Amino acid sequence: MTTYREAVRTAIQTLLREDPRVFLMGEDVGRYGGAYAVSKGFLEEFGEERIRDTPLCESTFVGAGIGAAIGGMRPIVEVMTVNFSLLALDQVVNNASLMRHMSGGQFEVPLLVRMATGGGKQIAAQHSHSLENWYAHIPGIKVLAPATVQDAHDMVLAGIEDPDPVFIFEHQMLYGMEGPLDTESTPPSPWKAAVRREGKDVSLIAYGGSLHKALGAADELEKEGIVAEVVDLRSLRPLDHETIVQSVSRTHRAVVIDEAWKTGSLASEISAILAEEAFYELDAPIERVCTLEVPIPYAKHLEDAAIPQVDRIVAAAKRSVGGA
Amino acid sequence: MTLDISRDHALELLRDMIRIRRLEEKSAELYSKQKIRGFLHLYIGEEAVGVGAMRALRMDDNIVATYREHGHALIRGVSAGEIMAEMYGKANGCSGGRGGSMHLFCAERRFYGGHAIVGGGFPIAAGLALADKMKGEALVTACFFGDGATDEGEFHETLNLTALWKLPVLFLCENNQYAMGTAFERHVSDRDIANNPPAYGIPSDSVNGMDVVAVERAVHNAAETVRETGAPRFLELRTYRFRAHSMYDAELYRDKEEVEEHKKEDPIATFQARAMSEGLITQDDVDAIEADAAQEIADAVEFAEQGEWEPIEDIARHTYARNLP
Ligand SMILES: Cc1ncc(C[n+]2csc(CCOP(=O)(O)OP(=O)(O)O)c2C)c(N)n1
Ligand SMILES: [Mg+2]
Repeated sequence: MTTYREAVRTAIQTLLREDPRVFLMGEDVGRYGGAYAVSKGFLEEFGEERIRDTPLCESTFVGAGIGAAIGGMRPIVEVMTVNFSLLALDQVVNNASLMRHMSGGQFEVPLLVRMATGGGKQIAAQHSHSLENWYAHIPGIKVLAPATVQDAHDMVLAGIEDPDPVFIFEHQMLYGMEGPLDTESTPPSPWKAAVRREGKDVSLIAYGGSLHKALGAADELEKEGIVAEVVDLRSLRPLDHETIVQSVSRTHRAVVIDEAWKTGSLASEISAILAEEAFYELDAPIERVCTLEVPIPYAKHLEDAAIPQVDRIVAAAKRSVGGA
Repeated sequence: MTLDISRDHALELLRDMIRIRRLEEKSAELYSKQKIRGFLHLYIGEEAVGVGAMRALRMDDNIVATYREHGHALIRGVSAGEIMAEMYGKANGCSGGRGGSMHLFCAERRFYGGHAIVGGGFPIAAGLALADKMKGEALVTACFFGDGATDEGEFHETLNLTALWKLPVLFLCENNQYAMGTAFERHVSDRDIANNPPAYGIPSDSVNGMDVVAVERAVHNAAETVRETGAPRFLELRTYRFRAHSMYDAELYRDKEEVEEHKKEDPIATFQARAMSEGLITQDDVDAIEADAAQEIADAVEFAEQGEWEPIEDIARHTYARNLP
């Protein structure tokens, strides 16, 4: 068994060993070893030239990653967390995503940006955002949300292989999670959703940190005779319509779980996709289980109440299947 | 002080400045005929900066420019036709009609845009220089920007980063005294902009940006130092914009007299007069340059007129390497 942290680390290490164009930069990735200890020991193995501790300037080091990618390198930029990535949003929205287009296809940005996301650690309002839907809104970049140890590894490799800018959101609660890691087999396409648990009564559609809550809810529901299917979105842009629509066409009920605020969330997007493409398959209104429309509180009981939990998913699923 | 350049050199400098001016004048005319739309920022008055700087740089150096970049692209070797076609939005433009006036790109000439978010080009320049450094290539990344851009955080972040990491960036501040309608002294706390970089350990200098020979020399020397040391340098090029900020600008913020005063330093007229008085060039030379420039611009307009519109079916091209499902 391997941890999620170790899986990300293994993938980056493999890339650094195999491809001289790959380098890692970000705040505290070197001497400190990474805010989430992903790059511990890298500085010793790869040196300061390839493991770059940056000053605190998100906009400029993300932008420098874009420039270096255009210049022929394969940068992996670690932004500590999504919360700080807001300072770099201009570089993402106005440069990374537009360069290929504005140059009429002359310049591409093979950049990988990784960052931690999500709440659940009682680190309060400014450090608990889930804003991956902001990124998923932008044509020109791709967005991945690994929920498993295997994906945490494979998506880093896929992100570097891809000729376009790829953003990986690693949920901060998952770094310590253990799971199997296979580094030998050919990984599945990162751009497709996966059915993590098959079922027939209701589809629980989730991604990232929420996937595990959805799986927990499926366990609970099973005790009451409800067999839930659990879909892991994996890629947030592009979104895999097919897998979602197929699942709901089997179960005829959908609960979408998303740690973002409900208004304008990916859960909203999934709901719209189902309304557009699976309307006649639905036997019940779509349910969304999202974060309450409040800043994430510090106090444990309030934070728990704000973000999606197993009990809320179970309740939504029961409403969907008609109080069964 | 004499110009201390050869006749051929004088002819080239004058020719390039005139080419820019005529291109810009034609652009303004075509804008009023609605052939060119959107934002259009003219470089008239600032030609000595673009010409002097571009000529001092090598073809394997990287260029990052702003939205006021027609002149830079032209002197870099992007044809007037491709520039004009881009402003028309035609598929034969240098960015395939995707960019327009503000987003001229040319991979072959290492012309990395055409950036219209003020300050947004700084980190890109740092990254290009970082890539060169890591690849062991002794190239210079020349980053052009206006005085307004020095207000932005990314300016200071990038000075810090390039100094800290010793990245070969040549910062070229085109100080035309205005950020849109806000005069220099109303948007910058320290009126000597060259005071900023030394705070980050970056040597800096100010140059008369109306003097093409001075610009060329200063940029050449600074670029060679960047090339040798691998470390950043900064030059302020003091110039003045004779025209409105963009075609939308009614110029309510400055007096006509102020503009007229600066026009006495017109980089083309002053250089032409000096070169003639020193016997380097004659009126016949000037006439020939003007005739060539007129022909070049006429051909460019024709090239743009003849260009095709990209089919709407291709709209998704260049969003990703491969279209998403
Ligand atoms: C981040 C950002 N803020 C505001 C604008 C609007 N704007 C466009 S040009 C400009 C002035 C820039 O002045 P300067 O950098 O001196 O360049 P100049 O136009 O004088 O060449 C402003 C405010 C912008 N494009 N980007
Ligand atoms: Mg200005």
